[in-house]
Amino acid sequence: MGKVNISFTINGSSHQIDVEPQWTLLEMVREQLHLTGTKEGCGTGDCGACSMIVDGRLITSCCMLAPQADGSDVTTVEGLLANGDLHPVQQAFIETGGVQCGFCTPGMIMATKALLDRTPKPTLDDIREGLAGNLCRCTGYTKIYEAVMTASGQEI
Amino acid sequence: MKPAPFDYHDPETLDEAVSLLGRLDDDVKILAGGQSLIPLLNMRLARPTALVDLGKIAELDYIREDNGGIAIGALTTQRTVERSQLVKDRLPVLYEATRLIAHPQIRNRGTIGGSLAHADPAAEYPAVALLLDADFKVRSASGERTIGAADFFVTYLTTALGPADVLTEVRFPLLAEGVGWSFIEMTRRHGDFALAGAGVTIALSGGECSHARIVLFGVDATPVRSKAAEQALVGQELSEELIASAAQTARDEIGEPLSDNHASSEFRRHLAGVMTARALTEAARRAGWVN
Repeated sequence: MGKVNISFTINGSSHQIDVEPQWTLLEMVREQLHLTGTKEGCGTGDCGACSMIVDGRLITSCCMLAPQADGSDVTTVEGLLANGDLHPVQQAFIETGGVQCGFCTPGMIMATKALLDRTPKPTLDDIREGLAGNLCRCTGYTKIYEAVMTASGQEI
Repeated sequence: MKPAPFDYHDPETLDEAVSLLGRLDDDVKILAGGQSLIPLLNMRLARPTALVDLGKIAELDYIREDNGGIAIGALTTQRTVERSQLVKDRLPVLYEATRLIAHPQIRNRGTIGGSLAHADPAAEYPAVALLLDADFKVRSASGERTIGAADFFVTYLTTALGPADVLTEVRFPLLAEGVGWSFIEMTRRHGDFALAGAGVTIALSGGECSHARIVLFGVDATPVRSKAAEQALVGQELSEELIASAAQTARDEIGEPLSDNHASSEFRRHLAGVMTARALTEAARRAGWVN
């Protein structure tokens, strides 16, 4: 049950580390790299709280093993900060009140980022589809959809 | 949520993977996209002692036209299938089935081969494979063989694959010109596994049904064909009454659907009839039926 040596980039910085093969990407990022912005919700790929962007695709990091990230380019919510400034998506969640308890928020923000990277001016249906894998038990989603509209420069 | 420890292997070629699987005598599991297996590992419902991760085998990631069909490498993600113009243009039923799978995060990692080999009876790909009579290409240390969809799904989460077999490709025949199709399901929430679903292909000659195929999923241990309902349709003048009676036949034909906290067995049976009628109607309209 030996460790596995993997190389990857996370939020722009390169790492080469030994990981336990049974660790998920989520666990490695939180426990080994101490990036705790990403949350664990269900651990079964249903809630989206642990969403990250890996090689340009939104994924649930509880359903990806750390060794599967070998050679990948990973972005977590921490990686959205640029020179100490919040990303426009983060700013939009604040402005519209798209955050209540905040547990789903890192995942929601990563899902929004992935959506806007591909679809800069999404329709409401695009937003519903893009965020379909992210559960929020507080807001009823309306404020979150408004955050995505705001982040994409569209009127609510 | 932590999986139990296991040895991890990540072969870079199919040959290497097959020889590794032939050699390992542990309780080995093959890892593809991991969207079914990793949750099972996290919950420790699966506790293999070794994993063979196929994720680095780039040669199994492709979608191409092949001898009147579309061949898809087992490691192709559901997202890649969904975004394939070839699939959307030539095999829209596969595109529609893919759109029903879970949500973006899952489709970004989940693979077509993984979904078929996992064989969840409520999943979309096993059903669409049975509907279209797909062929499965399988490699093991002893060579390559092809298994038809009708022989591939054995029972709940069980296929004709042996422990050292690797599913490498699934090949879907194209539908003939004029054949109508439908693939629908009923879920509690968007992206959930289907409580019940139906896939249909139908062809009309004049107003008469000349071909019908009905596959139901989520209602038995594997996706199932409703042969009695198909027979009730072929050779008959298509009408709303005929569709209603074929749906009734399909509903009565299935065994004992699963009963769980999502739906009772009776409700799943009821839904199977509703899904059959709706799918038949949609497929018939695509085949040119005007009612």
